[in-house]
Amino acid sequence: MSRVWMLGDNVNTDVIIPGRYNVTTDRAQLARYCLCEVLPEFSKAVQPGDVIMAGHNFGCGSSREHAPAAIQANQVKAVIARSFARIFYRNAVNIGLPVLICEEAVLASHDGDQIDVDLNTGVIRNLTTGQTFEAEPLDPFVARIVEAGGIIEYIRREGTLR
Amino acid sequence: MGTLAEEIFSRKVGRTVTAGETVVVDVDRVMSHDTTTPLAIQAFRKLVGPEGRVFDPKRSHIVFDHIIPAATIAAATLHRDTRKFAQEQDITILQEGICHQVMPERGYVVPGDVIVGADSHTCTYGALGAFATGMGSTDIGVAYATGRSWFRVPATINVQLTGEMPHGVFAKDLTLEMVRQIGVDGANYRALEFTGDLLPKLSVSERFTFCNMAIEMGGKAGLIAPDEVTREWLRGRTDREYPMIQAHNPHYERTFVIDASRLQPSVACPPDVNNVVPVEQVQDIEIDQVFIGTCTNGRLDDLAIAANILRGRTISPRTRMVVIPASREVYLEAMRLGYLEIFARAGASVGTPGCGPCIGRHFGVLAPGERALTTMNRNFTGRMGDPTSEIYLGSPATAAATAITGHITDPREFL
Repeated sequence: MSRVWMLGDNVNTDVIIPGRYNVTTDRAQLARYCLCEVLPEFSKAVQPGDVIMAGHNFGCGSSREHAPAAIQANQVKAVIARSFARIFYRNAVNIGLPVLICEEAVLASHDGDQIDVDLNTGVIRNLTTGQTFEAEPLDPFVARIVEAGGIIEYIRREGTLR
Repeated sequence: MGTLAEEIFSRKVGRTVTAGETVVVDVDRVMSHDTTTPLAIQAFRKLVGPEGRVFDPKRSHIVFDHIIPAATIAAATLHRDTRKFAQEQDITILQEGICHQVMPERGYVVPGDVIVGADSHTCTYGALGAFATGMGSTDIGVAYATGRSWFRVPATINVQLTGEMPHGVFAKDLTLEMVRQIGVDGANYRALEFTGDLLPKLSVSERFTFCNMAIEMGGKAGLIAPDEVTREWLRGRTDREYPMIQAHNPHYERTFVIDASRLQPSVACPPDVNNVVPVEQVQDIEIDQVFIGTCTNGRLDDLAIAANILRGRTISPRTRMVVIPASREVYLEAMRLGYLEIFARAGASVGTPGCGPCIGRHFGVLAPGERALTTMNRNFTGRMGDPTSEIYLGSPATAAATAITGHITDPREFL
């Protein structure tokens, strides 16, 4: 079972990991300061397998990969949003952080809800309300990267980028 | 047949491609900076191992600009490790200003190029007719290793710029109006292509300001077809031949027409860039720090606008001012023309070329509750320091006028 951490629209990468805390490649440090300005309790309270839900344009702003890395380092199972900013989405796919687009699930869920996400089928079950949703299918090229577990793994498997 | 984005990708892959197709292309240049290179090195090593070599050291560019000179031990350590990598790979680290200023200045960007950079404002180079886009460190590590990247050819939104810019209105005001109309994600996954009667009259520097902020609308690229102004700017900067690539019978997903003659000096209020209002609506707001610089507005013409307002004047005792030329080339020219002296005499701190306080790491960090007016591209919560500090975005003229009075000020009072 996973808990929902609900965020709003236009959550930018400065909010996900502020510039003054990303001068590092240390995942533990990135994890500690993840979302520290909007949800100061997040990094302490988040449990492995929890899910972040957000509105439109999640991850807008800077290209810093520290943002999805900070979320991943907190062992968040997936980010489900109404829409994602392009660079964040691509970064998350590249490093193997599951990102799902599902307008209905976000609109019908609340902070603290219990949720079950099947990453293979994209089926999202809100256990608090009993509702079930299906995430948007992935772009075929993106699906191949996701299936491999990230861009590095994809290229290793294919032998080249093609 | 196609938009400028489609024409550039079609030329690269040798067949006609259209929006929505996924293509893998050989990129012309790969760029990363001091904050994003360390993670790119990790991805590069993971893919090709400790003996791996970059695809071409002459087309791989590492720029130190985000925290230069190093402000902390952590930054210095990342710089040290990155220098070691660069040395092993025969890459020359550039330490002469902001990546998005230095790359074009050095002639590394020509029309028709496809360039990827580990910084979201890589879209700036589209002002020269190159398809350039920001990516994360893993994509850039892959590009360093393979010289290739994948792209979904984007649909295009056309922004037609018409009319004349009124007195006191600058490229930044026009850009903020675009963000106001299009929204902070209105161009997500799309290219923005700027056209219209006004464009041939605008300098490459002004065009950089538009394309730089394409990402502030979610744009994957901001593109301007090369013309005589582009050709003139590139003269002496590159020996490479380049195509004067143009859109042909483009299909645009949407078109916005912006009449510059109707605009007035504007600012974007915190915490979103589309929160744009005329200066007159917010002119009582007191400002603790003014910052002129960045990849958006730290070029010579920006400094000239500010210097003309500040000549013979001093800044308000209730505010402070930071000016940072975008590159060494800009710095030296601003010195020769006397602008730096004007700023120093007015009471400003003049800094080393680089990103400065734009990311809140050094050289003008904000305290709790403080307000800044800056020529940056982002007014996000906490970007320049404490999360309760606030950022207003405006033109160099609005910034200079504001520094004199200590509250947000219409620059036309001083022009």
